[in-house]
Amino acid sequence: MTPPLLRLAGITKSYATVQALAGVDLEVRAGEIHAVLGENGAGKSTLMKSIFGAVQPDAGMIEWQGRPITIESPVAARACGIAMVFQHFALFESMTVVENVALALGERTTLGDLARRLSDVSMRYGLPINPAQPVHRLSVGERQRVEIVRCLLQSPRLLIMDEPTSVLTPQAIDQLFETLRRLAAEGTSVLYVSHKLEEIRRLCDRATIIRQGRVVGTADPRQESAARLAELMIGHSFPQTERRAKREGVLALEVAGLDVQADGPFGTALRGISFRVRAGEVLGIAGISGNGQSELLSALLGSTLSPMHAVMLGDRPVGTLGVAERRALGVAFVPEERLGVGAVPEMSLAQNALLTGYGRGLVRRGVVALDRAWAYAERCIADYGVVAAGPGAPAASLSGGNLQKFIVAREIAQAPRVLILAQPTWGVDVAATALIRQRVIDLAASGVAVLVISEDLAEILEICDRVAVLASGRLSPERDVHATSAAEIGRWMAGGFFDAQAVAA
Amino acid sequence: MSLSITPLVASAIAAAIPLLIAALGELVTERAGLLNLGVEGMMLLGALAAFAAITHGAGLPVALLAGMLAGAAGALVYGFLTISLQASQVATGLSLTILGTGISSFIGRGYVGYRAPETFEPLPIPGLATIPGIGPLFELNVLGYAAVLAIGAVWYFLQRSRWGLELRSVGESPSVARSLGLKVNRIRYAAVLFGGAMAGTAGTYYALAQLKMWQEGLTSGNGWIALALVVFATWRPARVAIGALLFGGVTALGLWLQTVGVGVSTFALASLPYVATILVLVSISADRQALRRHAPAALGKPFFDGD
Repeated sequence: MTPPLLRLAGITKSYATVQALAGVDLEVRAGEIHAVLGENGAGKSTLMKSIFGAVQPDAGMIEWQGRPITIESPVAARACGIAMVFQHFALFESMTVVENVALALGERTTLGDLARRLSDVSMRYGLPINPAQPVHRLSVGERQRVEIVRCLLQSPRLLIMDEPTSVLTPQAIDQLFETLRRLAAEGTSVLYVSHKLEEIRRLCDRATIIRQGRVVGTADPRQESAARLAELMIGHSFPQTERRAKREGVLALEVAGLDVQADGPFGTALRGISFRVRAGEVLGIAGISGNGQSELLSALLGSTLSPMHAVMLGDRPVGTLGVAERRALGVAFVPEERLGVGAVPEMSLAQNALLTGYGRGLVRRGVVALDRAWAYAERCIADYGVVAAGPGAPAASLSGGNLQKFIVAREIAQAPRVLILAQPTWGVDVAATALIRQRVIDLAASGVAVLVISEDLAEILEICDRVAVLASGRLSPERDVHATSAAEIGRWMAGGFFDAQAVAA
Repeated sequence: MSLSITPLVASAIAAAIPLLIAALGELVTERAGLLNLGVEGMMLLGALAAFAAITHGAGLPVALLAGMLAGAAGALVYGFLTISLQASQVATGLSLTILGTGISSFIGRGYVGYRAPETFEPLPIPGLATIPGIGPLFELNVLGYAAVLAIGAVWYFLQRSRWGLELRSVGESPSVARSLGLKVNRIRYAAVLFGGAMAGTAGTYYALAQLKMWQEGLTSGNGWIALALVVFATWRPARVAIGALLFGGVTALGLWLQTVGVGVSTFALASLPYVATILVLVSISADRQALRRHAPAALGKPFFDGD
């Protein structure tokens, strides 16, 4: 019997205080699509980086085509025939596609030759891209194509894909799966890293499931039920959110004909955005980041000002008011970036609580009441089961899920009239995700207007009452979540509502 | 009084050449992601080394080499601090200017008032040099011709060559460049040293082609104008050339107005290029989108090249 293409035995890696990998075994056969399934923080990324040479394991053995090897660097990994597409793309924005590819290949070819080879490969695998386009003009899906084609030009034996679908529309995911199946049929192995069960069940031949740095099982994902895989992955059964009956209240947040300039050379301008959120309901804005999401957030938050009547809180126009004034009027906000925007990484949780909670009696006659800030942070920690050393722990010491729970707790504790959340469960573990979603649903049921901006379509369909899609700076028509489908939303995410609007207009 | 504008063009070009040389060097440095504010200091080091070499009997090629090496030596100090030790680029560059100014005036004291025994003289191209208006373009010295050729060479290097591509990638995102297997620090050192050698050449030009004698602070702040030129040109070589001519023209205009005897203080006229610099920077900064689109994304940010 031929040896497997790649075999790992007892791979162990520790960082200062955490053991990321504790003796992981893994086997990838030639021509198979092998899933590595695990929660955020289970150690998947560290494992992949060990294979790709970006991280050196403390112990364990790697065998490549039957021979033990050490992979010192990504360059060495590429020389062996291992290629990797990262979750966060490694592309140069200001350069063209072909220049980006040339940099990775390291061969002395002319750009013209390379552009021709690039077009050949991209057409053969159904990944059309224009080599002369600058990367900053490409959509996220196109950027991923560049990454994949860049890997394919090196004729890899093993292609590692790290959470490749987190930024793709459902249609783009189908296309990606086609390409991967085709590669596998030609003999290239694929290591597919994900926490999305349905995708793995659709695509992969085998799955290795990882929890807290250990392999907890291998399975044939086509045979196992999603529930069984989820149980293996998180160690207990899948938490379900529970919907509450909707009570329509008064109009709480209204945006009317909002135009916003792009917030940078690679941003997207907003054109004529209008929507309303009533007290007691959750409106979801789906769509892939980079289609105007950050511009919309700044305009809602008040870090970008707009005409007075473009943004209304109830019957009060607030377009020209700044962040602090809007917060004082009852808007709370959970930003996309936890560290740096949502919280100051070096400051303690108590101090971070003070940053937005100062209006809740944490400041007495201009002097910070540290005891109250401490107690406030303690309440947030207790209410949401945040795992932290206490209110004195620096924000950066918390895991993504725990910090997100703390930030959501801090914002909800301010008893807002309107709560705006951006990517509320991005990079958050399953248990924390379920808790946050449930608290958001409960908050809306208690009469608060909630706006959720998210790339995660499943999340939108789970917690929102109505949904609209933001694509290329324009907002689609709204749909009741029960009256739409992932396919329709997916088409809209790719801009498919423009024509319908033109007909209606 | 002569009505010909040819002398005005000639002095504009003469003033533009050293700005062009220094700015092209700084442009390459900045495209690799390093902001070296020490251009003025490196120019003075280069001027001193070249002047000392020529005074002690060396020929012009050796003097030029000395000037380039002295500029590069200053750049090496900057590179060691900012690349290897990740010190603040702004503080290090400013210190380098102060250091270069100090060293050149300290050692240069012995040369004050000396005339250079040998200098770079114009080499007119027969036939072309006498064309009215643009004739002065064909009556440059060897450094001037080299500077004009360098515009195209730097453009070709950056936009068309593999090394140029690697250099730009390092200025765009050193972490991504590193993940692709590029030797980020080596590329950055090369870019910084090139910038230093070009600044040293510009200094040599002031000492041995323009003033032809030693004088304290003979670059008179032109290193700062070269720095501003790079921003003015939004990091593109051809626009550096246009900018250098523009600033050279303003300088020449100031001198010309003095000679024809306009009733304005000579100090006010001499400050024209600096006023122009400020005005241009203000107008460029007004279009922040364009500035951000062309600026190397990692410019000025320290990068730790290691695990």
